[in-house]
Amino acid sequence: MEELAGYGNYIVSSLLTMGGIYAILTLGLNIQWGFTGLFNAGIAGFIAVGAYVFAILTKGPAAEHLGGYDLPLPLGAIAAMIVAAIIAWAIGKICIRLRSDYLAIATIGIAEILRLILKNETWATNGPRGISGVDKAFEWLPRPWGDIAFMVTILLTVLVIYLLLERAWRSPWGRLTTAIRDNEDSARAAGKDVETFRLQSFVIGAAIMGLAGAYLAQVQKFIGPDSTDPTTTTFLAWVMLIAGGSGNNRGAVLGAFLLWTVWSATQIVTGWLPQEIIVFGHPIENVPVRSTYLRIFLIGLVLQIVLQRYSAGILPETRPAVAGKSGKTGLEPGRTT
Amino acid sequence: MTVLALEHIDAGYGDTAILHDISLQVERGEIVVVIGPNGAGKSTALKSVFGLLNITAGRVVLEESEITNTPPEQVVRLGVCYVPQTGNVFVNLSVQENLEMGAFVRSDDFRPRLDEIYAMFPDLAEKRRQPAGSLSGGQRQMVAMGKALMLEPKILLLDEPTAGLSPKYRGEIFQTVKAINATGVPILMVEQNAKQALGIADRAYVLVDGENRHTGTGPELLADQEVARMFLGAKG
Amino acid sequence: MWEFVNFYFIPGLVLGCIYALGALGISLTFGILRFANFAHGEIMMLGAYFTFTIMGLTGWHPLVAALPSMALAALLMLYLDRQFFRPFRDSPTIMLVIASFGLMLMIRSAVWVFYGTQSKPLLRGFQRPTQYLDGAIQFPDKHLWIFLTTIVIMLAIWYLLTRTKIGKAMRAVSDSPELAKLTGIPVETVIRATWIVAACSAVAAGVLLAIDSQLDSLMGFKMLLPMFASAILGGIGRPFGAVLGGLVIGVAEELSAYPWIGVEPLLNPAYKTGMAFAIMVVMLIWRPSGLFKGRVF
Ligand SMILES: Nc1ncnc2c1ncn2[C@@H]1O[C@H](COP(=O)(O)OP(=O)(O)OP(=O)(O)O)[C@@H](O)[C@H]1O
Ligand SMILES: [Mg+2]
Repeated sequence: MEELAGYGNYIVSSLLTMGGIYAILTLGLNIQWGFTGLFNAGIAGFIAVGAYVFAILTKGPAAEHLGGYDLPLPLGAIAAMIVAAIIAWAIGKICIRLRSDYLAIATIGIAEILRLILKNETWATNGPRGISGVDKAFEWLPRPWGDIAFMVTILLTVLVIYLLLERAWRSPWGRLTTAIRDNEDSARAAGKDVETFRLQSFVIGAAIMGLAGAYLAQVQKFIGPDSTDPTTTTFLAWVMLIAGGSGNNRGAVLGAFLLWTVWSATQIVTGWLPQEIIVFGHPIENVPVRSTYLRIFLIGLVLQIVLQRYSAGILPETRPAVAGKSGKTGLEPGRTT
Repeated sequence: MTVLALEHIDAGYGDTAILHDISLQVERGEIVVVIGPNGAGKSTALKSVFGLLNITAGRVVLEESEITNTPPEQVVRLGVCYVPQTGNVFVNLSVQENLEMGAFVRSDDFRPRLDEIYAMFPDLAEKRRQPAGSLSGGQRQMVAMGKALMLEPKILLLDEPTAGLSPKYRGEIFQTVKAINATGVPILMVEQNAKQALGIADRAYVLVDGENRHTGTGPELLADQEVARMFLGAKG
Repeated sequence: MWEFVNFYFIPGLVLGCIYALGALGISLTFGILRFANFAHGEIMMLGAYFTFTIMGLTGWHPLVAALPSMALAALLMLYLDRQFFRPFRDSPTIMLVIASFGLMLMIRSAVWVFYGTQSKPLLRGFQRPTQYLDGAIQFPDKHLWIFLTTIVIMLAIWYLLTRTKIGKAMRAVSDSPELAKLTGIPVETVIRATWIVAACSAVAAGVLLAIDSQLDSLMGFKMLLPMFASAILGGIGRPFGAVLGGLVIGVAEELSAYPWIGVEPLLNPAYKTGMAFAIMVVMLIWRPSGLFKGRVF
């Protein structure tokens, strides 16, 4: 009986809740990369901004950090999206006219700078110790129900964002971003304002990532500058999107849940490993910790394999792009110059 | 003896076919000129020799051996040099370094050849340390030709060497082409300035819409009514 | 005055040398392979760990142990290029950026598996600064090694790029890969040469950084932003522009903590990296081609 409850708890609070948060993240990335071909290497930065803004605005008074605004949770989430969007706008304004490499460099840079700020502006963020006791939606419900209600909220959010993105994908706006992705020059020649569309897509994607951050702060009830390893988080989102099928919203959601399941299940497995094993007569210590890192290595390898062999993903992009060359793989936005 | 022959070539970029049943021939010691309206496929014909696009039918023959669809690096080694229409010098390398790169595939001592090239283009000798990007258009064209000649090629392909040059330089380039040819290098040249080009040509081809339209000696084509109407009339 | 030189300017130059060595490789690969290589910092870090292992096995001085590490890193880099970069040679370059991003994580996690996440000193013990000019200028010997090593490597690379056939071919490919192909330059060979140079200079940078501070699995990642900033400041595809960029950014980072006004540091030293980012942003807005008119993609 207790074991059953354990499994139920795992399914609700890890697979569906965290999986749902990653699905939100992946959908945000799909707008940027799948729709428009923008490479964002600083996803973790946008999550962190969303999480901190949410935590600070919704918490009651606290001595260690800025706070006491006690805003209703939905307002906090909206604020998280707005701040993430503003930061994306600023960075996009600078780099979006240059080739995608520069945006990649700048996003990884801004993520690093944000981390520095969150770590050092102790008066606002409590520095490296982070903000604990973050308010979580439906906490007041009795035990399993609070978690379940929270999970349902997240899944509903995924559904709403999915439906909105599906509409966007089919709308003229979505067609245009794909046209820009596939052939910037011909879009420009057709008189389209390439920069504006790119910027819009980048900002909307970042706002969605900020929302994912607001949910993440609630799940963990805590947010600190190092509470998620930035590269791994950013990377997971990328693998989820590309494996699921970039340019396909259903693929993004599927990839998120699927990879999160594999990721969290393998984490449990590493916990079962013995401390020390003997390989060819050599003792190897700290096996569980090492396997955790091996898992990160493998996810990197998975990305490479998917990228080279199955770049269309599980659910490939379906709608052919407007201009001539039909949507072959979903990947390969055609900016080569 | 035939140095280079394109025999009934069909070729194009990806799925779009551009050349249809094109044939061209360059005999030993000749200057052969290709003229035609914009977009006729002149550059494409040169590129097809150089393995830069996919030939779907026909053959390219260099001296006795077939080189259809051979990759560019190998075509160079076989002694064919190609000066493209644009981007034909390394702008950040000095004039001398450009020439040295032209000799990249040579493993013997190329310094005597370098001196010959400088003798042929005295302007370049003066500017040998300057980056090629800092030279005038005409001088760049000379660097490009000099670079191609470093290999002592069996045949030289030139794509519109006088495009965008002032009349003074244009004349100079045509003189240079003749001088190069006089050293025994056959030349296959695409040109827009039909009249001047036909003036130095041993033979010439007119391409229109990716097909052979006229063939003949330089004087024959200069005298041809239709050619005159198409290319010479407007330019006087 | 001397305090300024000893505690701000000289450390800035030391940092600048390390950035310069790293940025040089980034600028070369960006120019020749045409993509921003996110794994460059990890090669630096890995080279330092190789050196650490070789020192443990042989007891050699780090600068000696760095030589076999360079060879190892270069071989590894050639292998990685073949496995992960070559399949995308004709694809849009962003695919290469993603592949390098994946490689970054793979290399780092592989180091974690073998060495763990703890940072450790490469050189043990504290070095007393040596005094120059009657004690006015003082810095530890290791800084002298860092200067000298950087100068030697810079001279070697300068010689390679301007005096040897393969080096000139590298510059030619950086200038125009299409024309290089038409000229008969074997582009794949040039690419391999580029990876070797990039790997060796990265290992040198990593070892010098580990000598200056310590061995840390995140050191490559932390270097990435200043190195990209240096490469952009100097102009992409301008290796010696990147060197100057590295020196400028290294010095700027250290000087930003000098009490220019009053007695407090001008900028909280924790935000040093912010200087690199700020310089990069200014360049991207004002002049993306960099100081020396490099390439803008
Ligand atoms: N890289 C390419 N990909 C696809 N089509 C091309 C490419 N280059 C040229 N074309 C097309 O091939 C046709 C022939 O072009 P080509 O450059 O051979 O003409 P040309 O006779 O050299 O003209 P010009 O006098 O303008 O140089 C044109 O319709 C052009 O649009
Ligand atoms: Mg042409």
